[in-house]
Amino acid sequence: MMRLELVKRPQRSALFSVLSPFIAFAMTMIAGAIMFALLGVNPFNAFNVYFIQPVSEVWQLHELAIKAAPLILIAVGLSVCYKANIWNIGAEGQFILGGIFGSIVPVLFPDFEGPLVLPLMLLLGMLGGALYAAIPALLKTRFSTNEILTSLMLVYVARLFLDWLVRGPWRDPQGHGFPQTIQFGDSAVLPELMPDAGRANWGFVFALVAAIAIWLMMSRMLKGFEVRVLGSSPRAGRFAGFGFNKMVFFTFLLSGALAGLAGISEVSGAIGQLQPVISPGYGFTAIIVAFLGRLNPLGIVAAGLVLALTYLGGEAVQTALGISDKMAQVFQGMLLFFVLGCDTLIQYRIRLVGFAAPKLEAAPKLEEAR
Amino acid sequence: MDITVNILLTIATAATPLLIAAIGELVVERSGVLNLGVEGMMIMGAVGGFGAGYLTGSPWIGLLAAIIVGALFSLLFAVMTLSLATNQVATGLSLTLLGLGLSGMIGTSFVGQPGGRLPNLDIPGLSSTPVVGKLIFGQDPVFYISIALTAAVMWFLFKTRTGLTLRSIGDSHSSAHALGIKVIRYRYLAVIFGGACAGLAGGHLSLVYTPQWVENMSAGRGWIALALVVFASWRPWRVLAGAYIFGAIWVGQLHVQAINLQDFVNAPWVIYQVIAFIKSFPSQLLSSLPYLATIVVLVLISRNKRLTMMNTPASLGQPFVPDR
Amino acid sequence: MSANHDRANLLEVRGLTKIFGTLTACDHIDLNIAKGEIHALLGENGAGKSTLVKMLFGSLEPNSGEIFWDGKAVRITSPGVAKKLGIGMVFQHFSLFEALTAAENIALSLNDGSPISTIAAKARALSYSYGLPLDPESLVGDLSVGERQRIEIIRCLLQTPQLIILDEPTSVLTPQEADKLFETLERLRAEGKSILYISHRLEEVKRICDRATVLRHGKVVGHCNPRQETAASLARMMVGNEVKAVVRAPAEGIETAPALLEIRGLTRKPATPFAIPLKNVNLSVRAGEVIGIAGVAGNGQGEFFEAVSGEVLQQDPGSVRIRGKDAGALSITGRRLMGAAFVPEERLGHGAAPRMKLSENLLLSRHATDGKSFVGSGGMVKNASVYSAAQRIIAAMDVRKSAPDPEAAALSGGNLQKFIVGRELDRKPSVMVVNQPTWGVDAGAAANIRQALIELARSGSAVLVISQDLDELFELSDAIAVMHNGELSAPLPIAEATFEKIGLLMGGAEPGHAEHTMETA
Repeated sequence: MMRLELVKRPQRSALFSVLSPFIAFAMTMIAGAIMFALLGVNPFNAFNVYFIQPVSEVWQLHELAIKAAPLILIAVGLSVCYKANIWNIGAEGQFILGGIFGSIVPVLFPDFEGPLVLPLMLLLGMLGGALYAAIPALLKTRFSTNEILTSLMLVYVARLFLDWLVRGPWRDPQGHGFPQTIQFGDSAVLPELMPDAGRANWGFVFALVAAIAIWLMMSRMLKGFEVRVLGSSPRAGRFAGFGFNKMVFFTFLLSGALAGLAGISEVSGAIGQLQPVISPGYGFTAIIVAFLGRLNPLGIVAAGLVLALTYLGGEAVQTALGISDKMAQVFQGMLLFFVLGCDTLIQYRIRLVGFAAPKLEAAPKLEEAR
Repeated sequence: MDITVNILLTIATAATPLLIAAIGELVVERSGVLNLGVEGMMIMGAVGGFGAGYLTGSPWIGLLAAIIVGALFSLLFAVMTLSLATNQVATGLSLTLLGLGLSGMIGTSFVGQPGGRLPNLDIPGLSSTPVVGKLIFGQDPVFYISIALTAAVMWFLFKTRTGLTLRSIGDSHSSAHALGIKVIRYRYLAVIFGGACAGLAGGHLSLVYTPQWVENMSAGRGWIALALVVFASWRPWRVLAGAYIFGAIWVGQLHVQAINLQDFVNAPWVIYQVIAFIKSFPSQLLSSLPYLATIVVLVLISRNKRLTMMNTPASLGQPFVPDR
Repeated sequence: MSANHDRANLLEVRGLTKIFGTLTACDHIDLNIAKGEIHALLGENGAGKSTLVKMLFGSLEPNSGEIFWDGKAVRITSPGVAKKLGIGMVFQHFSLFEALTAAENIALSLNDGSPISTIAAKARALSYSYGLPLDPESLVGDLSVGERQRIEIIRCLLQTPQLIILDEPTSVLTPQEADKLFETLERLRAEGKSILYISHRLEEVKRICDRATVLRHGKVVGHCNPRQETAASLARMMVGNEVKAVVRAPAEGIETAPALLEIRGLTRKPATPFAIPLKNVNLSVRAGEVIGIAGVAGNGQGEFFEAVSGEVLQQDPGSVRIRGKDAGALSITGRRLMGAAFVPEERLGHGAAPRMKLSENLLLSRHATDGKSFVGSGGMVKNASVYSAAQRIIAAMDVRKSAPDPEAAALSGGNLQKFIVGRELDRKPSVMVVNQPTWGVDAGAAANIRQALIELARSGSAVLVISQDLDELFELSDAIAVMHNGELSAPLPIAEATFEKIGLLMGGAEPGHAEHTMETA
């Protein structure tokens, strides 16, 4: 019988701060290979189909960007929440509400056209996401209600609300009864970046801009310092004069607005109308992206691209090898597990101890006892 | 009368998985660990239970498999949070995400297959007693397990020395450690118990409630179970009450959606109007009632700060790494 | 080898060593404890006392060395093993469960299966027979610190140990409660039990201990009979050299100086189920003086500090006034901008964020007061100027560290406290409120911090010191008030204050009674 013992490092390990995501990725690959083998597929062949083929042509890179954009946008917002130790896990719902709010213009005022339409849609999308995120924030600050549970419950409500809209009041009367809104007019569609090369739209640019802006805020500005202090030691934060309730609103509104922006960008750019389902779980996958990027906005850009690839790869193995596209979700889940596990190495050394072995060897650790 | 009995029976069936999962999580949280992976463990139990039942042809083996799968899946969480001291919130979330994905993949070949249902208890003579017969003597076996489990957990937590030790760890793991209590070992056992319960709850879904495999069939019940624990301020009998309230909401909205207004044309005018009024709401609003109700009860219970603070296990969610 | 072991020794420790990283916390410690003696373990904070007793109680594993119990070599691998041998421990930071009753707490450390009610009855009987009355049914969270210590002691005694380890037991007691504890200890000695008594209070060691072992920097520097030593000679052994005495220059013209900090009728409801309410607290601190607030831990000092600092706001703006202006409705930032500075009790997690660098921890309390020099346009932090200011404080306070700008948690308690106090002194605040300025700090650093506080006051600031350490308060205060159960007594001028008077107030004697003794004195 063996057990693991953690030995605290005196300082965070700089080496493992860098290495940890790579180790996690390698371990996911190994676990994935075992899984493919169990499913009776040659792992090398599967990896080729899963990770290489989906990004071997330029238009495919555009598809990658389309999938990565919402993940990155949502995840940078969530990273601020999680750094502050505030747990918004309802980004999926805020994404949907962003999509709905932004669609008000093209659906209800289809005759309104011109250059103002898109900016208005994007602003409304952010507003919708932020307002929806304000609900758990309000409940948390007013009644100290657990934000994890409330923000999550609101995801189910948002999905049903969208379902009702596209089957009821917003359904396209000429749509042969299909549950969807009218196709958006030209001025309500997010333009593609390089129409000749692929479908990627401005959503990806928004994602990059948001990542850089949030990175600047978190690393250089007093606001970012405030987030980090309140997240790592709330009492020290209060001593510093930073208000926790204000921070709850700030992080929820910020992450909600970014999720809302992702939502309307997706609806306006990639889909072009509202449908009963507008997200393959971006709001949840973004949680994985945020952690895989170690809650660092620049890391999140890389992580978002990796996870977008798991979506494309999941579709690819389904068509090419007949494996369930749920494979994508499994890869994402495993990756997050390994990332969390490897992050332990930053703060601790791990040693294996047999129960019977004498334990008188040197055990360096931080002096904590007085 | 028959309608009332039938409604009560369906409420019990809807409440049972919530109750079992919440009782399991209650024990986990009483030990100071927050496992947000209930939804994931539940869905794994559902697919594992259905699969084993389908392959062996025995729903009983299915039920056993559901428990084992839930427990094994929770072990993953235990290793991460207890041995590697990872963030419990993030790890629990990833357990749920992984469970939803893995169950979908495992269950691909089960979709649309007919499954066996666990038979209801049928005691000749007693089960046919008017009114109470079916309610008390004619339900599915998991119902009886859920009630026995609640009573057993109550007894264990508040009447046994081991239960006291478990609660003490939830209150202060560092004090417990200083007294020589094996904090990590207790927590491992608690987490695995919670996983087994969530697995059993999932097995109930796919072997009793709707005896078939449907992707994401847990439909947020794991999260509602988590909310129930908070709502119950970590007391078993309140979990029981909460589970039945939610069972009633769940069943109520389904019944209303299924009702045909035409059947009530001859009913008294008032009843007809009330039903017509309820039916005038979109079905999506009715479907969202359990989730909205969860938010409402969470708000109501959190408003009583003293109650919440007195009962919340003080070390809930805190990672524990002993000095060595 | 075993022939060397004196049968009369209950416990013998040979060459016990514990290494943490690069630090040798205990370096080849030798210690003998005879049957029926009270043995003192003396040493400064950080000398290795706690580490040593944790090894004796099985909470920490030694790297090398031997332990003999009753002449036989033993390995104490867990607290359970220690208890089985007959070692009991009363912790300095209690190992109690607030949400459980006293009886449940006791039951948890006993390994028999007897029902709680039986244990409660036994505990009650034992507590009365030792003069430490205890209600086994009460929730620990509702009890005072002194009562909690009783639970620890009763819990320990119920295990009928041969050796009882007490870690700084009097730090949470009034002088009168301490006297009662000493009687209990003497009775236990008369019953033939051995006691290992850990303290840095020399007078009480001289009073009750038969022998003493002195630790310094993890090494044994001497064994002695404390009754034959003076407090000064013991202090020299502990510290290694003479500790510079704190000089308190006479305060002049205080009576006419303006009150810079005024507390008027401050009342606060308990914020949590176990918090202490503040009841009509009144106090004023004038420019140039140091006022001390004594009291047993957990009598509302924390709540008072939060209210004065502005971490919690008051309904009545006039209940806290800084430099003549109402500040009760202002946040801690607002109060800092009026010239006040605060040092809380907990260093890690309150006064400093543990996993942040010292420079970031400087920003923590000064991002607003030094807004212009530390924060630029658009909310950008000027890292270079924050860093150089941090280095200035590190140099001024002689903070010892292993890296140019280490994380707060990487510093020893004393060095971090020097930085935290220095961070506020660097601003030259006109009002300074400090909670437990030298808790867990070594003697040299403590003297420096106390001297700096006195000098700040004499340069024209108002200084308010909350402390559980009476020696400290007598060393630096011009007057001492006592907080008990959320009420504050009138300050007693230092010339009239004695340990006994203050001790009575700490124990809850009516303030009127104290005023009466003041008049007759």
